[in-house]
Amino acid sequence: MDLHFIWFVLLGVLLTGYATLDGFDLGVGILHFVARDDRERRIFLRAIGPIWDGNEVWLVTFGGALFAAFPEAYATIFSAYYLLVMCLLGALIFRAAAIEFRGTLDSPIWRRGWDIGFSAASALASFLFGVSVGNAMLGIPLDAQGNSVGSTADLFGVYPALIGALTVAMFAVHGALYLQLKIADAALRARVATTAWRCWGMFLVLYQLATLYTLVTVPHAVPDFQRWPAAAALVVLNVLAIAAVPRALYLDRPVQAFVASGAVIATLVALFGAALWPNLVRAANGAQLSLTVHSAASTPPTLHRMLIIAAIGVPLFLTYSAMVYWVFRRRVGDADLQYAFGTPRASATSELAQSR
Amino acid sequence: MLDAVTLSRMQFAGTIMFHYLFPPLTIGMGVVLVYLEARFLWTHDFVYERAARFWTELFAATFAMGVATGLVMEFQFGTNWAAYSRFVGDVFGSALAAEGIFAFFLESGFLAVLVFGWDRVSPRFHFFATLMVALGSMFSAVWIVVANSWQQTPAGHEIVPVLRDGRPWIDAAGHPIMRAVVADFWGVVFSPSSVNRLAHTLIGAVIVGTFFVMSVSAWYLLRGRHLDFARRSFAGALFLALVFSLAQLVSGDSNARMVANNQPAKLAAFEGHFKTAPASLSLIGWPDAATETVRFDVAIPGLLSLLVSGDPEQPVTGLDRVPRAYWPPVAISFLTYHAMVGIGTLLIGLTLLAALLYWRGALFTQRWLLWIFVFAVLLAVAANELGWVCAEVGRQPWVVYPGVDHDAAGDFALDQKGMLAYRLSEGLLTRDAVSPSVDAAQVAASIAIFGCIYVLLFAIWITVLWRKIQVGPAGPQLRARTDATALADVASSRIDHRASLNARAG
Repeated sequence: MDLHFIWFVLLGVLLTGYATLDGFDLGVGILHFVARDDRERRIFLRAIGPIWDGNEVWLVTFGGALFAAFPEAYATIFSAYYLLVMCLLGALIFRAAAIEFRGTLDSPIWRRGWDIGFSAASALASFLFGVSVGNAMLGIPLDAQGNSVGSTADLFGVYPALIGALTVAMFAVHGALYLQLKIADAALRARVATTAWRCWGMFLVLYQLATLYTLVTVPHAVPDFQRWPAAAALVVLNVLAIAAVPRALYLDRPVQAFVASGAVIATLVALFGAALWPNLVRAANGAQLSLTVHSAASTPPTLHRMLIIAAIGVPLFLTYSAMVYWVFRRRVGDADLQYAFGTPRASATSELAQSR
Repeated sequence: MLDAVTLSRMQFAGTIMFHYLFPPLTIGMGVVLVYLEARFLWTHDFVYERAARFWTELFAATFAMGVATGLVMEFQFGTNWAAYSRFVGDVFGSALAAEGIFAFFLESGFLAVLVFGWDRVSPRFHFFATLMVALGSMFSAVWIVVANSWQQTPAGHEIVPVLRDGRPWIDAAGHPIMRAVVADFWGVVFSPSSVNRLAHTLIGAVIVGTFFVMSVSAWYLLRGRHLDFARRSFAGALFLALVFSLAQLVSGDSNARMVANNQPAKLAAFEGHFKTAPASLSLIGWPDAATETVRFDVAIPGLLSLLVSGDPEQPVTGLDRVPRAYWPPVAISFLTYHAMVGIGTLLIGLTLLAALLYWRGALFTQRWLLWIFVFAVLLAVAANELGWVCAEVGRQPWVVYPGVDHDAAGDFALDQKGMLAYRLSEGLLTRDAVSPSVDAAQVAASIAIFGCIYVLLFAIWITVLWRKIQVGPAGPQLRARTDATALADVASSRIDHRASLNARAG
């Protein structure tokens, strides 16, 4: 098989991994305000505490792999989206600090500040991811050397903003469904379920708007489906996955609901990839200027060597990831809050330890 | 208004220097954690477990900062240095991707177990997780230092035109666009400087970690708190610091000779060596590039020649053999290099003195020395930062250093004008490496964004560390593990206990 195709798919896999995994912890952040008091907020944070960092590594590895496999695209994309990327990084940094540092001081102002920051940064990061995808669908104007000649203001058009809003709603649904799996407290879980319904409703509206808008104003996203009828299967899967979310919620099958919302994200990323192929950066000002998987790639020996690195590394990191999710598979209850993300309370057991 | 090149350099310098406050601490503390947990497994003494829990708290806060600020580095090559990314992507990208795949997943996965897993997994598995986190942080250093070393002393690559549809791609002026591609992967990994620089970097990191432990312990000793914990921690860290700071002396010497052989202009700038001649070694001084002299020079004659070649009479290539346009900023290179060496020497002296006093049993009563150790960690951090500043500034004006040819005798090859014969087509000037599509205003805006966030983060990190140090190793959360189940856990792994259980069952 063609190395360029393989790397395009592998990058898609990394992006899917990132969106489905960090998607739910971003979603938990977006929904942070659903938690009403400090205890509930700590439960939310504890639910993502051990795993959010690993989820973010998917993004870092996506960046590294894009650099290695398609350096021209890496250079063009990140310099073209300059301020967008900087704001995104700022939001992700702030969010990381909020998760790690919120619980370290027992002061209401401190915690309130981090709560707001955590929620806002999660929403902003999700929105900006969507904006980036929207812009990638539209394409950006490039010169003959592959540099962007557009302006920052162009990046915040209606369509990218719509995709941004869609991403926020989608991650919120995903986050709510993740919390369904992780919260031990039944009352809180029921409240989050109500939120999941609302978010799903918003997602559905935005999804329909985005679909219409794409079909009408981004026609180049369509021809590829005529070329590969098989890609239509993705659309069918996507719609089925969207429909499966409310069904599973209604039947109170949280695992199914979570898998379904993961599948919604995965199929949307796949559709995005199918719309983009064979371009990595679509030039808005003439197809011949686009950076394709061929013109933007590293040399075949490097692609081949990277494939070997991936073949060694991927099974390893899938093992670690599975291990972490297994170790922390239990629902988060009050006992888990004892020493993480909150002030510990002196308990009988620690008195016992002291007397030892 | 400053131009985009200067601003991008300022941004890169600022973000990387801020980021680099944290990785050496986590690498160094990782070694300490592995040691403590190993001792706990070996002795079943809860003092070690409690100590490990305490340092894990500080480790986790620092690690979070490293991850958050490291994210920026991963993308900054593309945002600000697009031309650089295009030129080196085939070589440099692989190292960065390998870092993600091999190091970051390992670290982040096992970090979760290290921080949250005390009550979830067995002590043995916890130890394994700690080991993996420590290894992961070192793997990360391996790949990033390999990538940086290739920029310093490129090897294992060739420079070829970029092809588009089989034809060379040309720039606006009609010249073919060139890039570096890997010819020999292991040649890239083991470029002439990579092993030397990796050793120097890792040793430096361990020194920072040990000085951090000694700083906190010295503080407790001075305050009369957690005395048993503080004495043990200090002694263990002192032992490591002694070994590693002496090793750093050897590594530093080896690095300087490597620089002399591969980057003569850099060595000349480090030493303020303007004229090719047998060279003295300046202990202190202030180089003046305009008059090509070192002011206030206190130097040992012949020592630089002796260190570089083993012969005090042997001439050392000076900046007179480097075209003026390719001079690195001499003052910054000289001063940061000398400050690093000076601090390194001072730290060796401190650890030797402390070790001597410890051996005599008089260390923990020397309050003045303990006070010095409270603050010496700042010097260790400074030495790490300064080392990187001189390494990176000394490479200027190149972002990818052009190779220098050697003649048959092993001396540097010279051109007709008697200048060093750089393989110019293989180098990339820093000013040509920036993103063509990013203007100065955008970079200024991003500097403002990161400036605000980083100042805030730094204040928070210091606050959090300070609070955790105030609570200390006796804090209630650190005792959480010693509940009934955990006690049973450990007890059941003791052979004598298991035997007694079996005896009772029998």
